[in-house]
Amino acid sequence: MDAVQTAKTLDLKGLLCPIPVVKMAQAIKTVAVGEVIEAVATDPGVMADIPAWCRTTGHELVRISRDDKVITFAVRRVK
Amino acid sequence: MAVQAAPAVADGGATATTDKLTIIVFSGEMDRLVAAFNIATGAAASGMDVTMFFTFWGLQALKKPIRTGTSLMGRMLGWFLRDLEGVGPSRMNFGGAGRWMFKAMMRRKRITPLSELRQLAADLGVRMLACQMSMDVMEIRREDLIDAVSGVAGVAAMLEVAGQSKATLFI
Repeated sequence: MDAVQTAKTLDLKGLLCPIPVVKMAQAIKTVAVGEVIEAVATDPGVMADIPAWCRTTGHELVRISRDDKVITFAVRRVK
Repeated sequence: MAVQAAPAVADGGATATTDKLTIIVFSGEMDRLVAAFNIATGAAASGMDVTMFFTFWGLQALKKPIRTGTSLMGRMLGWFLRDLEGVGPSRMNFGGAGRWMFKAMMRRKRITPLSELRQLAADLGVRMLACQMSMDVMEIRREDLIDAVSGVAGVAAMLEVAGQSKATLFI
């Protein structure tokens, strides 16, 4: 479970609402169930939007953190 | 009408059925259309089944960049109807200067332009329906509307979808 294998990396820097969520929705379909997508973004709205998107879609938010302007997060496809 | 009976997923069933969202787009202004398409794409990306129903001024969001109308008054109206690229904001349009300003500012902030948002909505499977009655009144034919339009419908069809929706927005 903790052996996080990143299947895909997404660069969402500079993209604003609703595009980060849209890109995640498109990307999650390209990985297998259990695989993880890593992403970097700069839109502060992502801090609220990605956790909310995970709750509504049922995918697992592995982690999300913000370092100054850059937000890094990882999502595991659950179904 | 066995629509909602999606099989339960083996994860506790929190997201067992597909949530639906209906957006009635009455307005034809840039800012309101940005809101409508933003919500639609966000909802579709969150796994919702989204239907947008365009009526009255909202039809401008689906219109090709051509002149519409058959009668004298219809053609006069057609002269003032815009397409998605031509619509201005609901406030501070100043005869088109506001449209230019907002577009420039949105571009600078790298916000997705309306036409791309609409394409994105279509790509994500958002259903776009045009109101038959408004089309008749405004003399807009089906062929005056873009191909992404999935159909033409009336109030009963809209109400049926709205009745099955978790939320219905009127913009």
